[in-house]
Amino acid sequence: MARIGVFVCHCGENIGATVDCAKVAETCGKIPGVVHSVDYKYMCSDPGQNMIKDAIREKKLTGVVVAACSPRMHEPTFRRATAEAGLNPFLCEMANLREHCSWVHEKADATTDKAIDLVRILVEKVKRNKPLLPIKVPVTKTALVLGGGIAGIQASLDIANAGHKVILVEREPSIGGHMSQLSETFPTLDCSQCILTPRMVEVAQHPNITLYTYSELESLEGFIGNFKVKIRKKSRSLDEKLCIGCGLCTTKCPNKRIPNEFDAGLGMRPAIYVPFPQAVPNKPVIDKENCTYYTKGKCKLCEKICPRNAIRYDQPDEIVEAEVGGIVIATGFNVLNSDFFPEYGYGKYKDVVNGFQFERLASASGPTLGEMKRPSDGKTPETMVFIACAGSRDPAKGIEYCSKICCMYTAKHAMLYRHKVHHGKAYVFYMDIRAGGKMYEEFVRRAIEEDGVNYVRGRVSRIYEKNGKLIVMGADTLLGAQPVEIEADMVVLATAGIASEGAEELAQKLHVSYDTYKFFTEAHPKLRPVETNTAGIFLAGACQAPKDIPESVAQASGAASKVAGLFSQDELTREPLIAVVNRTAPPQYSTCVGCFLCQTACPYQAIEKEEIRTKDGKLIKTVAKVNPGLCQGCGTCVALCRSKSIDIEGYTHNQVYAEVMALLNRSEDNVNI
Amino acid sequence: MSIGFYPGCSLKGSAPEYTESLLAVAEKAGLELKEVPDWNCCGATAAHNLNHELSLALPARILASAEKAGMKELIVPCAACYSRLCVTAAELRENPELRKKIAGVIEMDFECSTKILNVIEFLERWVLNSEEMKIPAPFNHKVACYYGCLLVRPPKILNFDRPEDPMTMDKLMSKIGAEPIDWAFKTECCGAGFSVSRTDLVAKLSGKILEDAEDRGAEAVIVACPMCHSNLDMRRAQINKRAGRKFRLPAIYITQAVGSALGIPDKKLGMKRHFVPVKLSMTKTKNAPAKAAVPAAQTAGKEMEA
Amino acid sequence: MSVENHSHHGPETLSDKIYAETGVNAARCYQCGKCSAGCPLAEDMDFPPSVIMRLLQTGLPINEEKALKSYSIWLCLACETCYARCPMEIDIPKIADCLRHESLRRKKANPKSKDIISFHRAFLDSIKYTGRLYEMGLIADYKARTRHLIQDVNLAPGMYIKGKLHIIPERIKNLRLMKKIFSKTLESKEKTR
Repeated sequence: MARIGVFVCHCGENIGATVDCAKVAETCGKIPGVVHSVDYKYMCSDPGQNMIKDAIREKKLTGVVVAACSPRMHEPTFRRATAEAGLNPFLCEMANLREHCSWVHEKADATTDKAIDLVRILVEKVKRNKPLLPIKVPVTKTALVLGGGIAGIQASLDIANAGHKVILVEREPSIGGHMSQLSETFPTLDCSQCILTPRMVEVAQHPNITLYTYSELESLEGFIGNFKVKIRKKSRSLDEKLCIGCGLCTTKCPNKRIPNEFDAGLGMRPAIYVPFPQAVPNKPVIDKENCTYYTKGKCKLCEKICPRNAIRYDQPDEIVEAEVGGIVIATGFNVLNSDFFPEYGYGKYKDVVNGFQFERLASASGPTLGEMKRPSDGKTPETMVFIACAGSRDPAKGIEYCSKICCMYTAKHAMLYRHKVHHGKAYVFYMDIRAGGKMYEEFVRRAIEEDGVNYVRGRVSRIYEKNGKLIVMGADTLLGAQPVEIEADMVVLATAGIASEGAEELAQKLHVSYDTYKFFTEAHPKLRPVETNTAGIFLAGACQAPKDIPESVAQASGAASKVAGLFSQDELTREPLIAVVNRTAPPQYSTCVGCFLCQTACPYQAIEKEEIRTKDGKLIKTVAKVNPGLCQGCGTCVALCRSKSIDIEGYTHNQVYAEVMALLNRSEDNVNI
Repeated sequence: MSIGFYPGCSLKGSAPEYTESLLAVAEKAGLELKEVPDWNCCGATAAHNLNHELSLALPARILASAEKAGMKELIVPCAACYSRLCVTAAELRENPELRKKIAGVIEMDFECSTKILNVIEFLERWVLNSEEMKIPAPFNHKVACYYGCLLVRPPKILNFDRPEDPMTMDKLMSKIGAEPIDWAFKTECCGAGFSVSRTDLVAKLSGKILEDAEDRGAEAVIVACPMCHSNLDMRRAQINKRAGRKFRLPAIYITQAVGSALGIPDKKLGMKRHFVPVKLSMTKTKNAPAKAAVPAAQTAGKEMEA
Repeated sequence: MSVENHSHHGPETLSDKIYAETGVNAARCYQCGKCSAGCPLAEDMDFPPSVIMRLLQTGLPINEEKALKSYSIWLCLACETCYARCPMEIDIPKIADCLRHESLRRKKANPKSKDIISFHRAFLDSIKYTGRLYEMGLIADYKARTRHLIQDVNLAPGMYIKGKLHIIPERIKNLRLMKKIFSKTLESKEKTR
């Protein structure tokens, strides 16, 4: 005998202002099978939940319908309350009177009638609900961190220090990311490598961390707690066990004229190279696309020279398989190059550079050993112009957002220049100054007040070259948009931060959402910044959106704590709303005929074959079986099954049919027949 | 082979050499240019400055007449007329109500279906359109290709060449043997319609263009608009006076350059109609006369050593 | 199109009017100054383009008056550089056209712009009467309006010799339609108010 309780929520004004909740409660009280029907202002509040619990106990309810907001909002809340009152939580359902009713209609009788309909059909469903128990799956306590920049390094160290194993995968030959390219960091002007390299070494030496550099994610399968990954270790052409990192090969390589990626194209490197002296691991890599041996079949000098005989030209890529329980994406970002800007020369002016190129020029380990020399002719620039918002906040160029870090690093660049060239003139063209972090505003004021940087509010319309100088045409909007023309020796564009190369492909491999700019999407912009909508995959750092180092580190630790939280359980519970193939009594065993149409269609490869055998092993029939760990409850198999042998728990044929029939069979007073 | 042709007032008035050279080149390519019947002035700057509907009605009548005469393509050598026709066509295509209203004003129905070509597109498609073209008298000179404003802007409507550092004219000139220089004033305004009412501003703006071209070693400025030509050529005395410098380089229409390269005699191209004499010897590329050519430190600099 | 400008309540501002007529929204301007930086004549203007935008954005009659009475709008070359470079893709030349039309309608054109407007009017007069530009007529009309009687007389012989000055105007056939077009557009707009 059904004893259903109906609890209608006003949700403040959200439902109450449009739907006559009292009437809904009153009418639904008359539905056969409903023994308790009330309305209240805020069902999700403590008193509201207590109402439900008390009613369950006192009226010995067999099912609960909470008519309120979306189940995506509060289903867990009400199911928890139901469980606390001793009733199986899956006997509690929600009717959505908010998103499906009050928020999409005007206040009218018809709206209240619709609300009553919604409750009615849920009541019919709940009468047919079965108690269900959550499914348990084991958790592999190894984390995979993709990306070895500061965010990836921080996340790896945090997870490793929490006692779990970490696999860190980095596609460049060394970890360190963009932070290793910087000369000094704001707002402290710390030497970037000095604060980064200790962490890099810690990662390499940590017993819990397995580091795969020059490697990429090949494929991913599985689900939270139970991922199966394949990692492609690209061939370094080197036996890493033999190589001691002496660097002799890099000094002797005759092919030295390859633009150096680490120096943002400003310096040169050989074909066999270590990206920078503090690289971790400090082992070289052969650039197959430019090496004389790989392209022309000649040379092989490095093999002859190597004292440990470690060179292996025919070394193949290696695929490493691993099982992990949680994944942190920390693949970082990139910035636009000067060739993106038609009005600034389409990249043809060597002395118009972007932020990373300036960092390399300013860096003591860079192509000019830290002396301010311009790329075209090596002269010291006497006048420098820094242009903020180059590409950012620019819908005409397809980038609407603000890249967040440029105001700060532009001030930093101007300060570094002034520190190195005392008589030099520095101009910054800006629109706004965004310095919201701790000590950030003071940092920018220091640039303006103490270091003599000239800030001009206005954007630069165009740059052209004449007589070895770059003519910068801007305007001073604080002086009535007076045109300002500067003859500069060098221009630094603070170009927009963009998604890292290959971000889209990676997102698709991981089944993670990303936005139009190819940044990965967080689960909720306010309250769930380090999670994605894919369970078990977390985000850290600039791969989610441009951000500075403190925020990247904070987010990395946040993601690490999520992983640690995940690993703190030995088993994960999953919602039991999954498909099940029926089993009947012998001799039928199941109405399933073994056509396996469901298996072909399942997007999650969750359906297996099960052989039903007699006690002495004779095969009776092969039927489908759903893997409760993989099934996501999408229902595709249910729609396809020709013999109706497969059904979804919590959304059975019976339940859905009852809902539809309840909607169609209406009596005069809107109570079903 | 005949193609629709909208000369515009300048080509019939103060820019006869543009018409002459255009017709001579067309004839060489075996094309007949048929004028739009009873065409009127497009309204140029004056119309859109003073009244919106007038600025649409005048070009609309031209487009309607071209359509009525069955012209599928229309060559419009004047960049200002080209701009007015394209902008009008775009606005009326997007707004059927407005199109109906204008159709009422001009007492003609139209679809804006005629394809409008500027002189560069015309030369690319109909004249210098094959790789094996014979160039009997290559135009061996360093030239500054001057596009002006209205061939490339507004970029979204014209969709012709890139609005910064365009290259279509440069490529065309290369095809006829010239050496187009890389310079900074390809699309900077010459002073437009202020030739009479604010000649001093034309002197300022056109002066900047000539200065950059001459300083970088150009022997001539190649233009594709009669207004630009007039400002750079007819107003040379005022430009020189204001700049305190005598700019020698002539302003030549692109059709004159192409015609010259195709072996058409100077007289047929109207070469003597310029205010600034066209004195280019037909030998190897000369270096710039007045100022030494400026080394482009930016584009050909030393690379940084590792 | 419907006007939904929520930036101020009260009667329709000039910015609202421009939005309703053209769809160009002055509120999009974040005053970056790129238009003014690239405008060839910004240094000669009383209010460079970005300042005109700001005057419109405030919605205050006193600022709208400044914009309508400015010399800037008449100095504008309509070279379209501002629109090509504006990061917010605001059709500034369209706004400039609207301001010019409105300035004439309200009879608030800057006195310094007399010569420039006279030239435009002389140009249009020529077209109205012959259908095509008759240069000599244009010059005569311009000189009559502005009294710059001897301007450019030294150019006339040169032009004539080079075949650039025609004595006899070219007339199109359908002059009746020309007059009608003018009466339905330019003349009718200026009669209102």
